[in-house]
Amino acid sequence: MAQSLELSSQPAPSDAPARGRKGSPWTGLWAVVGKEMADHLSSVRMQILEVLILLTAVGAVYAVMQNVRQTVSQDPFIFLRLFTTARDPFPAFVGFLSFLVPLIAIAISFDAINGEFSRRTMSRVLAQPIYRDALLLGKFLAGLFTLSLVLTAIWLLIMGMGILGLGLPPNGEEVARSLIFLVATIFYGGIWLALGMVFSTVFRQPATAALAGLSVWLFFTIFWGMVTSLLARTLSPVTYGLPEEILRQLQTEQAISRLSPNTLYVEATLGILNPAVRSFGILLPSQLEGAVMGAPLPLAQSALLMWPQLTGLIAATILLFALAYVLFQRQEIRA
Amino acid sequence: MVDKSTKPASAPPQAATETVLQAVNLTKRYGAAVAVDNLNLTLTRGEVFGMLGPNGAGKTTTILMLLGLTEPTAGAVRVLGFDPARDPLAVKARVGYLPDSVGFYDELSARENLSYIARLNGLAYATAQQRIRTAIDRMGLSEVIDRPVGTFSRGMRQRLGVAELLLKEPEIIIMDEPTLGLDPEAAQGFLKLIRELKHEGITILLSSHLLHQVQAVCDRVGLFSHGRMVISGAVAELAQRILGGGYRIVIEASGDHRAIQTALLALPGVKKIEAAERDHFVIVADRDLRADAAAAVVGAGGSLIGLDVEAPSLDEIYATYFKEATNGAIA
Repeated sequence: MAQSLELSSQPAPSDAPARGRKGSPWTGLWAVVGKEMADHLSSVRMQILEVLILLTAVGAVYAVMQNVRQTVSQDPFIFLRLFTTARDPFPAFVGFLSFLVPLIAIAISFDAINGEFSRRTMSRVLAQPIYRDALLLGKFLAGLFTLSLVLTAIWLLIMGMGILGLGLPPNGEEVARSLIFLVATIFYGGIWLALGMVFSTVFRQPATAALAGLSVWLFFTIFWGMVTSLLARTLSPVTYGLPEEILRQLQTEQAISRLSPNTLYVEATLGILNPAVRSFGILLPSQLEGAVMGAPLPLAQSALLMWPQLTGLIAATILLFALAYVLFQRQEIRA
Repeated sequence: MVDKSTKPASAPPQAATETVLQAVNLTKRYGAAVAVDNLNLTLTRGEVFGMLGPNGAGKTTTILMLLGLTEPTAGAVRVLGFDPARDPLAVKARVGYLPDSVGFYDELSARENLSYIARLNGLAYATAQQRIRTAIDRMGLSEVIDRPVGTFSRGMRQRLGVAELLLKEPEIIIMDEPTLGLDPEAAQGFLKLIRELKHEGITILLSSHLLHQVQAVCDRVGLFSHGRMVISGAVAELAQRILGGGYRIVIEASGDHRAIQTALLALPGVKKIEAAERDHFVIVADRDLRADAAAAVVGAGGSLIGLDVEAPSLDEIYATYFKEATNGAIA
């Protein structure tokens, strides 16, 4: 060290302020959002998925049309049937969405962070006057906006086809219910989007991140049901066959299955799109006292019913994003 | 913050002494490993400083700390009066950084890539478009401005990287291994560009392990080893200190061998005579003594056949320093 010329008495810069960063963490946020959205909307992988979801929508609506034309005059919620009715060989449109939306979300986000590293653009972008916060949130928002754009377009398409096919406009309540359904769908996508970002931060290889995201999706889609009943049987065993025991086991099973975003989403859509649904899971005869079977609930009541599921979806999205945020802030950016 | 304490020998030729970048006892540890160890560094406006050292010596980590991209474990940094750890946006708005192996979005065109960077810098659209045009023209990429960067060669990417730096009209430019992987012609062009930027008053900090290139453009250099800057100063000055005199003068002369040798040794500034074979003398001097040596040979009754000088080379300084350091000669 003795050879260093600079060791001569330089005063230490001492007027550094107390901890805390200067400048807004959101500087440059909208530049990132704009660039990322342009990338998503022009990327081939998005276009493929859009075509897929479009075909699904058209197929589902067409199948439903065949089914409900005769009953148009009797059904007050005919437009909601467009989303929920399944007709062999087509499953209901909500069913399609519950596994297509995660796929789109993962496809958007699996290379969000590690892609910047592998293209060696990360250090160059972060050397611009922006914080990391803006980059991560910008990428997440761009994904969410892209998803919203696609889903809203499809929602409009279905409504439009419904008006043409059925020959009558939707009433206010139908529009309100299907809009809430749209919001639930977007946040259901948000969960998978945030999960994809977590994996894209953790894994340096985009392929690994994509596989990890898809495995989680597969796990919840296929295996979670089995895991749920297995866990429920272990945690609340039915030893004597008492009704209380059976009830407790069913409740445990339902609680565990709600850890899956798929369950939350299916329950939320069921609650809001089917006004006749008044509870998820088991209904005891005591709860049905005085109820008129099949009578629709008012919108506010349906919304109340699916409110926990909807907030659950939003909360999970925020939590996963927060996890990605913490991981990304701690990451060394040298590549 | 005006720096008056630097020795005159290390001042840049322009004699501008405004300090633009200062690091004091800068330290970065990753667990038990020390990446940068008590680094002290001062740059004055308009100088070109070269950070030299093998890979893993802490050069890139130092650069990241100067930019506020990594938090220092200890020590303080001041860049243009700002603290990069607390006010990174102000620093990054004024400092251009060209990472090693610079990457771009391959599917976007050169113009789109630069537009994105301009927007991140908060430039207005009209200003941005005009600056992009100017920067691209200057870097000789106007032919390919709307072509996807995926089709660019390594040299073109490097030039696009510099075009990007010019966008924000920086006061300081930091380049990490800028000539690595360039063909000799492109590397020469790049060094020329560095000199031009210096003449525009931009302070340049570059890291490299290609010593002869650094020597050609740098006012001062610092040798890095295991996280420490072990020695720094102008190349000639280092030669003086490490090699004990930098200039090796090779003389071919015929005549009275002994008389010529005595005459050469008597010259002021000559440190020693390294080799004195029949007609061949190598003297080591602290400056370019060719004229004096010629006169001395003639004065001693010899006839001069050939005269050549080897300026001190950074390679030699580097090699000698690390050899002596390992032998314990310089601790």
